[in-house]
Amino acid sequence: MLTYNPMVVSAIPDDEVDDLFHALADATRRDIVRRSVRGELSVSRLADAYPMSFAAVQKHVAVLERAGLITKVRRGREQLVRTDPDAVRRARQALDQLEKAWRGRVNRMGDLLAEIPQTKTSANGRKR
Amino acid sequence: MTVTSVDKDLDDLTLTLTADFDAPIERVWELWADPRKLERWWGPPEYPATVQEHELAPGGAVRYFTTASDGQRFPGWWRVTSVDPPTSLAFNDGFAGPDGTPVEDMPVTTVLVRLVEHVGGTRMTVRCTFGSRDEMDRLIEMGTVEGLTQAVGQMDALLASA
Repeated sequence: MLTYNPMVVSAIPDDEVDDLFHALADATRRDIVRRSVRGELSVSRLADAYPMSFAAVQKHVAVLERAGLITKVRRGREQLVRTDPDAVRRARQALDQLEKAWRGRVNRMGDLLAEIPQTKTSANGRKR
Repeated sequence: MTVTSVDKDLDDLTLTLTADFDAPIERVWELWADPRKLERWWGPPEYPATVQEHELAPGGAVRYFTTASDGQRFPGWWRVTSVDPPTSLAFNDGFAGPDGTPVEDMPVTTVLVRLVEHVGGTRMTVRCTFGSRDEMDRLIEMGTVEGLTQAVGQMDALLASA
């Protein structure tokens, strides 16, 4: 349970996030997400790219669709697969948070190095 | 700014950050190895860290907590997997319960730190990897303490401009 932080930074519902990361946990599905950025490939075109059955690829696409990572757009007789950039962005959010945390830390480290006298053997010199 | 590069790998769930310091490698190492120094930079200013236990040895533990302005504590832990002063340190970083013991089902981040001498100073590379998509997703949900701090800072700015 999320009992440790009093505030929730992101407002993505739990089940939605579960779907998102389950979807991205598979290499084939990540590849489908990458290939479908321009939204020009049909499921059958995608299926040609992988050493697996059409049904298997279709299944992967369904998982991605449920997670909101891709949408299917009908064009004529074809259904084209298109990556939803917003969903991918959400996955990036965690890494962005981590980056901010570490940028802050590195800046504080730099400040500390500038502040501590250059004497080399001052370890433990500032105990309370 | 001392951060020279940041690389985020969405597939490997890894953040790699490189920073250059104008200080000898021993002094940068001290920031990690001296708990009194570590607690001055690990937590953001609004959530200062207090390091209670600090054993930089393979299998060793670091226990700490950060304190919010209302006095609420957020305990955390490291489990050190390898250490080679003053050039490398590897540990897992996770959440702890109120008594400081690791909470097993909470997200764990693997951290690898490398220090090398670089043009008269020190180059630090920090590589952080999320344990899994599931754990990463929970970190998004909770916001890290730092993410939270940022949110609070944004709220302050909004309130000030209102």
